[in-house]
Amino acid sequence: MARNIDKDLSRFRNIVRGKVREGLRKYVNHGEMLGRKGKNVVSIPVPNIDIPRFRHGPKGSGGVGSGEGEEGQSVGKGGQQQGDSTGAAGSEPGGGHYREVEVTLEELAEMLGEELQLPNIEPKGTDSVQSAKDKYSTISQNGPESLRHFKRTYKRALKRSIASNEYRPDNPIIIPGRQDFQYRSWKSVPMPQSNAVLIYIMDVSGSMMDEQKEIVRTEAFWIDTWLRNQYDGVETRYIVHDAAAKVVDEETFFHTRESGGTKISSAYKVCRDLIQRDFPPSEWNIYCFQFSDGDNWGEDNGECLKLLVDDIMVHCNLYCYGQVESPYGSGDFIRELRKLTDEHENLILSEIPNKDAIYESIRTFLGKGK
Amino acid sequence: MAISINRPLPGHIAAIQRDMEQRARSEGLDFFETIFEYVDYEELSMFAAYTGFPIRYPHWRFGAQYHELMKGYSYGLQKIYEMVINTDPCYAYLLNTNDVGDQKLVIAHVYGHCDFFKNNAWFAPTNRRMLDQMANHASRISRYIDRHGHEVVEEFIDACLSIEDLIDPHLPHVRRHDGPGPVESSLGPKTNPSDNDCQSGRFPSKGYMEQFINPPAVLQKQAAEKQKVQQDRDAARSFPVRPERDVLLFLLQHASLKPWQHDVLSIIRDEAYYFAPQGQTKIMNEGWASYWHSTIMTTYGLNDSEIVDYADHHSGTMAMSPQRLNPYKIGIELFRDIEERWNKGQFGPEWESCDDMRAKEHWNRKTGLGREKIFEVRKIHNDVTFIDTFLTPEFCQKHKMFMFAYNEANDHYEIASREFYKVKQQLLESLTNHGRPVMRVVDGNYKNRGELFLAHQFQGMPLKLAEARDTLTSLCKLWGRPVHVETNYEDKPTILSFDGKNHELKSAAAA
Repeated sequence: MARNIDKDLSRFRNIVRGKVREGLRKYVNHGEMLGRKGKNVVSIPVPNIDIPRFRHGPKGSGGVGSGEGEEGQSVGKGGQQQGDSTGAAGSEPGGGHYREVEVTLEELAEMLGEELQLPNIEPKGTDSVQSAKDKYSTISQNGPESLRHFKRTYKRALKRSIASNEYRPDNPIIIPGRQDFQYRSWKSVPMPQSNAVLIYIMDVSGSMMDEQKEIVRTEAFWIDTWLRNQYDGVETRYIVHDAAAKVVDEETFFHTRESGGTKISSAYKVCRDLIQRDFPPSEWNIYCFQFSDGDNWGEDNGECLKLLVDDIMVHCNLYCYGQVESPYGSGDFIRELRKLTDEHENLILSEIPNKDAIYESIRTFLGKGK
Repeated sequence: MAISINRPLPGHIAAIQRDMEQRARSEGLDFFETIFEYVDYEELSMFAAYTGFPIRYPHWRFGAQYHELMKGYSYGLQKIYEMVINTDPCYAYLLNTNDVGDQKLVIAHVYGHCDFFKNNAWFAPTNRRMLDQMANHASRISRYIDRHGHEVVEEFIDACLSIEDLIDPHLPHVRRHDGPGPVESSLGPKTNPSDNDCQSGRFPSKGYMEQFINPPAVLQKQAAEKQKVQQDRDAARSFPVRPERDVLLFLLQHASLKPWQHDVLSIIRDEAYYFAPQGQTKIMNEGWASYWHSTIMTTYGLNDSEIVDYADHHSGTMAMSPQRLNPYKIGIELFRDIEERWNKGQFGPEWESCDDMRAKEHWNRKTGLGREKIFEVRKIHNDVTFIDTFLTPEFCQKHKMFMFAYNEANDHYEIASREFYKVKQQLLESLTNHGRPVMRVVDGNYKNRGELFLAHQFQGMPLKLAEARDTLTSLCKLWGRPVHVETNYEDKPTILSFDGKNHELKSAAAA
């Protein structure tokens, strides 16, 4: 029986979800507010919802306590102490309190989609990409003993013994023989599947500071969340580069700090090889997200554009370039890429001057529905 | 409707309960029959969220409360041992994971509460059939939800709850309004015993003298004057005549509410009045129950194996922290202090006038009136009068009590004084009206435009502005016209207004 309290609880949860949605922009821009809990759940601090009442403010208020202490000694900070924090009134939650709410990534992605009005993605070549899945739905005459189907085996033995007139109602012993054994068995079922790979490329040259990396991390989290919601299987690959590039794991990607010059073409080469080797474009939806401060070694630009157009962009659903502003970067590279946008509509550029621009930038990247 | 969930105590606990009940009675406790239910933590949290009643109207805040309790429990931060409600018969819920020693303690504690509910004067006007009443409220509100939609009703309940503490906690004890029981309802339009003949200026006369004693011209003139006065009064009509503390009642009588809204508001008001005495007697109630569990347990409840656990849990409940007075601790200590003083005759004019501290320390007249006195105290006092009457400088000193105040400069609360007078003053202030601002309706026809005007009885603590605004928004929803509240903001008399769209803050002098 559904208890009334469960209804009240779910009503309350809905209200809280509403709050999360209201404040989504803030959470998107300040990814550090999210605490990751387990694989699929994040916890989000939401301002405590309470019924407003006439209450005293902290000014001029006080209370009675007990214990040691000189006059003038502190007993607590203003925020923690509400006006009616005395014995009788108990500790009531005040306005400044936060409540941790657990939200699944799926829900979060849905909220993000609705708030940013992101179109659902139409995966390319869904029908052509298939994989087989085994389902234990049939019976076979042979198989391992662990899969023996006892009931069917018994029935068959019973039938056989009746048919061969061995069955004695007064002494109903059935002995299944080798010929009676039945085993569970599998069938291969073709499953349409859409796979996506996200390739993140980040410039880790000396000019990328911690703040820029924070922006990249936050943005990558939301992109991940959204695309994982859109595809069944999502793979991620990370490439970092300065003058040379390499494929790294997630941890390194976000925390490494290299220094030195910048040669974007090195990353493109690695990216090209990665696609050719692991992700045949006919089977994968490929998304590339490149983050840089736009500072490149001047003579490298020509090679970059050539690699990008000929070997990468032709295979990608989307190629997104996000340029974060840094005090050292010249920010030239985005101007080079702008030349290409007219001919290649799967190239999306976005400038992210600070944290507050993350929200818009995500909308720019994912707003096309590809 | 099934009121009891009927989860009776298992045999060995029931035996303890019978034993405790008999002990409690032999100690002189007097309580309604008490029905115990044996529940798991989830159920207990549910009852606690519903403030002890199995059936409440649907509202999200119960869910929020439940969520908080369950979280707190699963993280091991808090645990509720029991829950008792003020009804006849009393219902008490015991947590089934308590061990046997704890159950003894808790059962003894429960009987303390039951005795208090039954005998304390402040609980006298409460409805002892509240269990039925609550279920009744729930079904009425559910019906409105079915008819008008969840969101609409819930929003309205939110608005009502926002001002639910704007009641007059003394009202159930005072017959200030006409009509039957003040809380039940005196909502019908008031009939003014209209001015009758004897006030119309006519003197008694014999028939033949009538013309001379009451000349028609004069009478006419008087009547005209009177009418004018009446008209003037109507024009400048300001009601209520006296400032009305029971804002909810005022709204019920004068706000233009739909019938269902009227009913919902009256439900919220009934429940607010039902719970008010529990807020008024927190220290006494918990102190009394703790006094009895401690007395019963230490006299005969415990066996050898339980004593350490008992001491642990008892002291845990009684622990004090610097920021917060523990009502259990203050209550039990005050009751013990009173008992000791009356046992030794430390009261009356002779005691009061004695300046010799040494004599006072060894004062013992062997009066032995202690028990009798505390029973009397539990009957007639509430927290405010309890503290006012029985808090002594010696007690304050013994328990190292101090008052703290907010220091704006560093956003900290700091110990301000250990002086008895100041400590007591602060404690009483924070107990008065539950530490909440006191509001009164001053004018229901402010500026002759049907606007509602409240006055905040300023006592040195300004309102929290943002929250006050939200509350005004709720109030406006109920009243249907602009609302104002006069208060003190930044040391100046100020009027906060909300006209349904915009909030305004202006100096009272300008208005």
